[in-house]
Amino acid sequence: MAIQITAHDRRRKVLSRLVEVACAGSVMLALAPLALVLYFVLSQGLPALSLAFFTNMPKPVGEPGGGMANAMIGTLILLGLAGALAVPVGIACAVYLAEYPKRRLAQAATFAADILNGVPSIVIGIFAYVIAVLPFRRFSALAGGFALGVMMIPIVVRTTEELLALVPPSLREGALALGATRGRATWSVILPAALPGIVTGVLVALARVAGETAPLLFTSFNNQFWSVRLDKPIASLTVQIFTYAIAPYEDWHRQAWAGASVLIGAMLVFSVLARTVTRRLERMHRP
Amino acid sequence: MSSDAPAAAEAGIRIKTEVKPTSGPVPDASVAIEIQGVGIAYGDNQVVHDVTMDIPEQRVTAFIGPSGCGKSTLLRCLNRMNDLIDSARVMGKIRVKGQDIYAPGTDVIDIRRRIGMVFQKSNPFPKSIFENVVYGLRIVGVRDRATLDEACERSLRGAALWEEVRDRLKDSALSLSGGQQQRVCIARAIAVEPEILLMDEPCSALDPIATVKIEELIYALKEKYTIVIVTHNLQQAARVSDRTAFFWLGRLVEYGSTSDVFTKPREKLTEDYITGRFG
Amino acid sequence: MSERPSRTAARGDLGFRLGTGAFAAFLCLLVIGIGVILADQSWLSIDKFGLGFWRGTTWDPVAGEFGAFPFIWGTLYSSLLALVISTPIALGIAVFLSELSPPVLKQPLIFLTELLAAVPSIVYGLWAIYALVPLVRRLEVLCPEWLRRVPLFSGPPLGVGMLAAGLVLAVMVIPFIASVAREILKAVPVTQREAAYALGATRWEAIRMALYYGRTGIMGAVMLGLGRALGETMAVTMVIGNNPQVSLSLFAPQYTMAAVIANEFTEAAGDLYRDALVEIGLVLFTITIVINILSQLLIWSVSDQRVPRRVVPKPKPALAA
Repeated sequence: MAIQITAHDRRRKVLSRLVEVACAGSVMLALAPLALVLYFVLSQGLPALSLAFFTNMPKPVGEPGGGMANAMIGTLILLGLAGALAVPVGIACAVYLAEYPKRRLAQAATFAADILNGVPSIVIGIFAYVIAVLPFRRFSALAGGFALGVMMIPIVVRTTEELLALVPPSLREGALALGATRGRATWSVILPAALPGIVTGVLVALARVAGETAPLLFTSFNNQFWSVRLDKPIASLTVQIFTYAIAPYEDWHRQAWAGASVLIGAMLVFSVLARTVTRRLERMHRP
Repeated sequence: MSSDAPAAAEAGIRIKTEVKPTSGPVPDASVAIEIQGVGIAYGDNQVVHDVTMDIPEQRVTAFIGPSGCGKSTLLRCLNRMNDLIDSARVMGKIRVKGQDIYAPGTDVIDIRRRIGMVFQKSNPFPKSIFENVVYGLRIVGVRDRATLDEACERSLRGAALWEEVRDRLKDSALSLSGGQQQRVCIARAIAVEPEILLMDEPCSALDPIATVKIEELIYALKEKYTIVIVTHNLQQAARVSDRTAFFWLGRLVEYGSTSDVFTKPREKLTEDYITGRFG
Repeated sequence: MSERPSRTAARGDLGFRLGTGAFAAFLCLLVIGIGVILADQSWLSIDKFGLGFWRGTTWDPVAGEFGAFPFIWGTLYSSLLALVISTPIALGIAVFLSELSPPVLKQPLIFLTELLAAVPSIVYGLWAIYALVPLVRRLEVLCPEWLRRVPLFSGPPLGVGMLAAGLVLAVMVIPFIASVAREILKAVPVTQREAAYALGATRWEAIRMALYYGRTGIMGAVMLGLGRALGETMAVTMVIGNNPQVSLSLFAPQYTMAAVIANEFTEAAGDLYRDALVEIGLVLFTITIVINILSQLLIWSVSDQRVPRRVVPKPKPALAA
């Protein structure tokens, strides 16, 4: 019996080691695409970046010096519109959820936020099309901003709600004890206390939505020319990258990678910005 | 043979059965575990200092002492469970039946099979009672249904649980009461036929009735196994153990037969602890 | 005199509650609105084709044929393929990060795997066109003749097709499954693993017990991945070939629900065509909602069994066994 156990034991230990190796291997396997994406962004995208890229409009195939200036400004405008919708709605909603968590409306809203978070972005695009494009019979930046804003709302709600829960209850009780209404207590005490985190949450949500393409395909559509008008189609980095990527032209492919590097660079800037803003706001609020 | 013989013989038998296991030193027990100069540290923090003691075979040895005195830590070193904590370091030697269990190249799986452990809060797997008890056998490769059934019955009998659960071996172990779950854990531990059983405050999460059942079980188990039990409950230690070791701040203060330690302790510290002056 | 301040205060509070509550109600209406609008705008198609819409296998809007089965087929095939590829890898990552990783590597690796989720879909699509599709084409070319007779591997080696789509979806879905699975494993009480080790289990055997303990939650994690895969649009449409055919072959270009909407919506001439696409969107909406709710339920069920951690340092399986 003892001898049998030993041989089996050896097999068990070998199997255990193999599993450990396989787990480590799966980590490396999963990180490989990340490394490859980075590699392509750096090797294909960065060389294609030039001043012209940042200042010029797209040029027809064959003409040198095409750029994505309109797409970059377009993305910024769309993000501004999305934020204008999502930030007030999201924060107000989160405040309600934090103050009245037991009410049925609050539970329904939490559920709704979770559902909205999981809705495919293309479906949101259809929704935004019906609401913001059909009635006006035109694609517009507003429609695109609306679509992105709808996608942002659940993210803002969730991060803000978590942060409001972290604010010590003594703060709220103190304000209320001094006679403040709930609204005043929230506005002047609780929100400022949670502000650094809320700002981070909003910036993170913006970064996430900045990378979306599908909801823009038939809302803000695209625009080969410079346009900052909210009631006309507007270019965006993501849609422009898509248009170039699926075309058969090598030059456009390189520009697509350049656009991707700008996009990723912007997302990096956002997260660094988020962290520095948070830290500065935290410092301001520390007595 | 005089006419006194039957009375003397009767008296002799009676005297033998009256021998309490806690009276005086136990010279006829061989050593199960030798602990020599053992120190244990977590990172820079040393929690056990220079402990030397021999744990006798087929007896119950109790580790007592206030919280944080290192008794559980020492216990967990006896089956190398402290290996699970990255920062743990063990100094000195621990020999089980002469084998240094911390020697490089030691088969830890084998050690842990030969030295079983029962934990403070019962931790049955989210499986049936049967599967819990035979888990140790399954991982060793035993597949024959008859062997497993027999082992399950044997272990549950040994844990004084067989009659209560024999009709519902397929039920989840989690459907049992706390005391029953702990006995499932004991059955699970003895199913792999260890030589030594380590018990880390096995009754601390149980009600008094369940505690009594487990104490009786320990008393019965020591016929087959060497038992080391860590306990907060001084009365329990006095009831159940043959030898008692008193620890304080990571050091072994006193170690001797239970009756000696409890009735004529050598150290003042021991006496203070036992009489409840602290801890 | 003391009445008035409290009345205004109460009115202030009421105003606050109604004011913020209005936004909460707006959120609920938004979600309901999406469903209602999708249903409304697909009415022409639902009314005309009924359930036959989903059985038809020919999608030729020019000829007036609207058979949407290829899209359901393509969506399910690509998503399930992605799950098959990504689940073992994601679980391996979760196990490594929660049980096996040396402490110094743990935080950086967690950061990197979460970075995988931050890369925009379009960038993955771009990478897939550039690197994945040529690789898949080479694999397809290398495929031996006898294997090509199996329907799973039949067809010309185009590179674009189901396999490429499944692979890029798998890459995108891995971080989601891995991070939830890691949380599940963290919630398994330490005493469970200790019990296994104390009986002489190897590290893999103890991990297996932890995986068993959290099996419901892990199923929830996988469903979450499924939900993500079903709705993914851009990366898929760039590499799946966009051909509305129903094929078992991994090499064949096919089509998914999200991809056809993305590609054809702006070109859809005529209300019927557009309504047909919206109907596809409606079904996609419903399926993803159901899957996401299911996954949340499964994940929450494990957290309820959470046991408070001990104060003693959390044991990690060391180099023994």
